[in-house]
Amino acid sequence: MAFASFVIRRLLLGVVVMWVVSVATFLLFFVAPQDPARLLAGKNPSAQEIANINRRLGLDQPILVQYWHYLIRLLHFNLGTSYFTGTSVNTILKEDLPPTLSVMAGGAVLWLIVGIGAGVLSATRARSLVDRISTTGVLIGITFPTFVVGLLLLFLVFKPLNQAGFHWIQTGYEGPSQSIVGWAGHMILPWITIAAVSAATYTRLTRGALLDALGEDYVRTARAKGLSERRVLYRHAVRAALTPVVSQLGVDIGTLAGGAVVTETVFGLGGIGQQSLTSILNGDTPVVLGIVLVAALFVVVANIVVDIAYSVLDPRVKLS
Amino acid sequence: MSLLEVRDLRVSFPTADGVVRAVRGVSFDVDAGRTIGIVGESGSGKTVLTQTLLGLTAGGQVSGQAVFDGTDLIGLGEEQLRRVRGAQIAVIFQDPLTSLHPLYKVGWQIAEMIRAHDKSVSKKQAAQRAVELLGRVGIPQPAQRVKDYPHQFSGGMRQRAMIAMALSLEPKLIIADEPTTALDATVQAQILDLLLRLQQDFGTAMIMITHDLGVVADIADDVLVMYAGRAAEVASKRDIFYKPHHPYTKGLLESIPNSSAAGGRLRPITGQPPSLINLPSGCAFHPRCAYVMDKCLTDEPSLTPVAQDGFHRSACWLPASAAGLSAEAEDQRRRTVGEGRSVAAAKIAEAIAKSPEAEGSVIA
Repeated sequence: MAFASFVIRRLLLGVVVMWVVSVATFLLFFVAPQDPARLLAGKNPSAQEIANINRRLGLDQPILVQYWHYLIRLLHFNLGTSYFTGTSVNTILKEDLPPTLSVMAGGAVLWLIVGIGAGVLSATRARSLVDRISTTGVLIGITFPTFVVGLLLLFLVFKPLNQAGFHWIQTGYEGPSQSIVGWAGHMILPWITIAAVSAATYTRLTRGALLDALGEDYVRTARAKGLSERRVLYRHAVRAALTPVVSQLGVDIGTLAGGAVVTETVFGLGGIGQQSLTSILNGDTPVVLGIVLVAALFVVVANIVVDIAYSVLDPRVKLS
Repeated sequence: MSLLEVRDLRVSFPTADGVVRAVRGVSFDVDAGRTIGIVGESGSGKTVLTQTLLGLTAGGQVSGQAVFDGTDLIGLGEEQLRRVRGAQIAVIFQDPLTSLHPLYKVGWQIAEMIRAHDKSVSKKQAAQRAVELLGRVGIPQPAQRVKDYPHQFSGGMRQRAMIAMALSLEPKLIIADEPTTALDATVQAQILDLLLRLQQDFGTAMIMITHDLGVVADIADDVLVMYAGRAAEVASKRDIFYKPHHPYTKGLLESIPNSSAAGGRLRPITGQPPSLINLPSGCAFHPRCAYVMDKCLTDEPSLTPVAQDGFHRSACWLPASAAGLSAEAEDQRRRTVGEGRSVAAAKIAEAIAKSPEAEGSVIA
């Protein structure tokens, strides 16, 4: 009961958040210097042509009227149509979400494995060879800009392998509906790229939380109980150190849903990131608004999920 | 032969500021079924001493012997130590809130320990045993409470749960490290009484670490007073309270607060405990000692018998005839342990009177 009321309350709050976000973005695009009509009209348009285009797009009406129309459509889950292609924003999102979600999901799994693994190693075997290798690796990951990691992977992995006749690893996007293996082949390099950049955060987070936990009285109790060192570490210390990692994951997943622009571009995946970049430059307000709303939805949902996960992970946390 | 024979145990920790000499050659025996109270201020080395027995002092340099049931615990391999921990020697820590894992159910934590030492016990049997143990330590409705998390227990109940855990494998020795310090005064006496009863039922030997002589008066057979990592005085409980020899022991007795002594003045031991990196020359207590002599500044005394029985020993240059109480201490003692009524009994009577919501079931 408490659970249901928590979810309902948070969802309602989420709707309010998304409404605020939509208003803010809408206003922002009216004060921005882009003029979609001028961009659409081609070279040396007459004032009449521009006025016609503005009338067709409804841009000649007062801003409040435009927003009202937008809101009414939104309540019918209709995000409008692109100024430039005439495609419905719903369709655009349907095409661009899968690559972004693919990058996000696989990347998150990979960076969690690498980040938590390296974090545990460096907390428990400080200054050992394993610790040094993992911390150096993680440091390289965070130091290199995303596009450098991506390009390096293309030149050092993708190109030589394909020249050698090994064609599993590919660029571009191919959905998992035909072949999971093929999909993974397309996604593996983007995953590594995303993970390389994010794993460092998780390594440091895990290392810090685990060192704290290892100094706790209950870990001393676990040792005094005669548990194996392995069990003391994983069942008692790591278990307690996971909570901050989960909340960080929620934030990162929410952020990634807005698109991993650089990664998507380097590997030619399409996706939300690439789409939002083009749309912002063109002043394609309906598309941008659609993307912003979807991203906001992800952040809202991710936050609710994190709070629920928190209450599952830590019995002291009550949902309220 | 005693259950535990500690001989010349030394523990030091190298740090950036110098070597911290936490324990500097301590010897004592614990006989089966008996309780030794180890008394001293914070930093006197009492906790390090006992944790060393179980190999829980990471980073310490340890020498000496600690023969438990025929095996020297010092230098024992990790896996052999693991088998001793919990099963042969169990520990009850000071703060039960931080010492229990916050994310696991109380019963699970007890069952985990049982199964860590005996894989043949099924999860169900271990859980059943946890319920029995919780009932045994006086937790009402143990079958329900076994599924609670530590934060759902009160302070006293948590310590009862820790005691249940310590007893779960019927160890030969329990080390209780200030088990009542973090508890309300009203609960302290109940916990001590519980420990005493269970210890008698199980025939377990106990090392009771405390800074509170009142606790010693309640529960110990023998007492080891520690100062700056060494034994200052060893004696039976009776001798510690009636014929203390070491000025430090006398100082401890004179600084026992007692609410019933209206108008009585406390006599604190002046000064601070010494740094364990730069110890004073000679006797480590000499800067704070009221009876300091020239010899104390240069020569460190070791434990020497101060009574006919040879058991009462004191590390002090004062003659054996110095054993006994100052007038003030004698007065204090009478109020604390005298009149044929133990402090425990008084405290329990007080607890029952004061606590309407009775901490679990009071075992009087």
